[in-house]
Amino acid sequence: MDLNLDVQEIQINKELNLKGKVCPYTFIESMLALEEMEVGEVLRIIVDYPPAVCDVPKSLKNEGYEILDVSPINETDWAIVVKNTEFK
Amino acid sequence: MEFSDEQIHRYSRQMILPGVGGKGQRKLTEAKVFIMGAGGLGSPAALYLAAAGIGTIGLADSDQVELHNLQRQILHRTCDVGLPKVESGKKTLESLNPEVRVQIYAERVTSVNIREIIKDYNLVLDGSDNFPTRFLVNDACYFERKTLISGAILRFDGQLSTFKPHANGPCYRCLFPEPPPPGLVPSCQEAGVLGAVAGIIGLFQANEALKEILGIGKSMAGRFLQFNALDLSFHELKIQKNPNCPLCGENPTIKELIDYSQSCQTGGSEKDSFYGDVCRGEDFNPQSPS
Repeated sequence: MDLNLDVQEIQINKELNLKGKVCPYTFIESMLALEEMEVGEVLRIIVDYPPAVCDVPKSLKNEGYEILDVSPINETDWAIVVKNTEFK
Repeated sequence: MEFSDEQIHRYSRQMILPGVGGKGQRKLTEAKVFIMGAGGLGSPAALYLAAAGIGTIGLADSDQVELHNLQRQILHRTCDVGLPKVESGKKTLESLNPEVRVQIYAERVTSVNIREIIKDYNLVLDGSDNFPTRFLVNDACYFERKTLISGAILRFDGQLSTFKPHANGPCYRCLFPEPPPPGLVPSCQEAGVLGAVAGIIGLFQANEALKEILGIGKSMAGRFLQFNALDLSFHELKIQKNPNCPLCGENPTIKELIDYSQSCQTGGSEKDSFYGDVCRGEDFNPQSPS
């Protein structure tokens, strides 16, 4: 569980609660939030739609964002931690 | 600008695209596109641009909807026959996307008013059906430094190009310095046009407009596309700025807008473009519809 320990040390700049939202809106709203953030800042996204746990990190990674962590918070919710990176 | 949930839902399938996202959608929302003609080309172009969330669409046409327009001018419905095309078009576009501001110009666009009309727009789409208007729009876009997305159709053929003389590209006159002699080129009224061809070319124009606004893909500036529906063939030519162009060349002779006579046109009131080049077909198009 070293990874989770590290994650707790990451400074989160913004949190986005997407509980109740489904794909593709989970991805779109995550991307919109990241577009507004500075390079290097970190966004924590909370989702409860199971396919989003895989699809959102995958899509964000395809866009060029850096996925720092994906882990469950409780029985229904997951947290995706993503860093805004400089890319074209 | 924050997107509402409704906006995110409405535009989700394009916001998800690489090169669009929220930033691109914002560009579309802030864009102002002027469409010359609410006919065969202007109809599909306007519909898709409105659907994509273009903030302001300017629609100019001085004609009324007629029954024979409906075969291809899909902005209009049977119940709209007799209405000014711009009013019918505005109604259709607003029902498709109430977020779009539709500015209409029911007056005839001439050398007197065109620069004032287009100066507030970012981009001009030409869907006009006659040479006087085609040259007028080209010249006005040159003087106002507006990107012009040009489409033309006749029978089963279509053409497409983007003109950006302000960015070192050719203008329409680089290819066709003057309008053809009166009566040489048949109109859609005489020669006919397949409705789907209007849809295809009009949507190519919309596609190019979206690309120009988003700044993605490869522009049609410096390229000239010919399309034939029967063969389903595409033929692309590279085109260059003509140093002898009377408008944007090294020694221009055209210093102000010209109203060419409408009476030289064999065609009537329909807002479809017909070939701009058949009169000079030896250079660009081996097949003449005449």
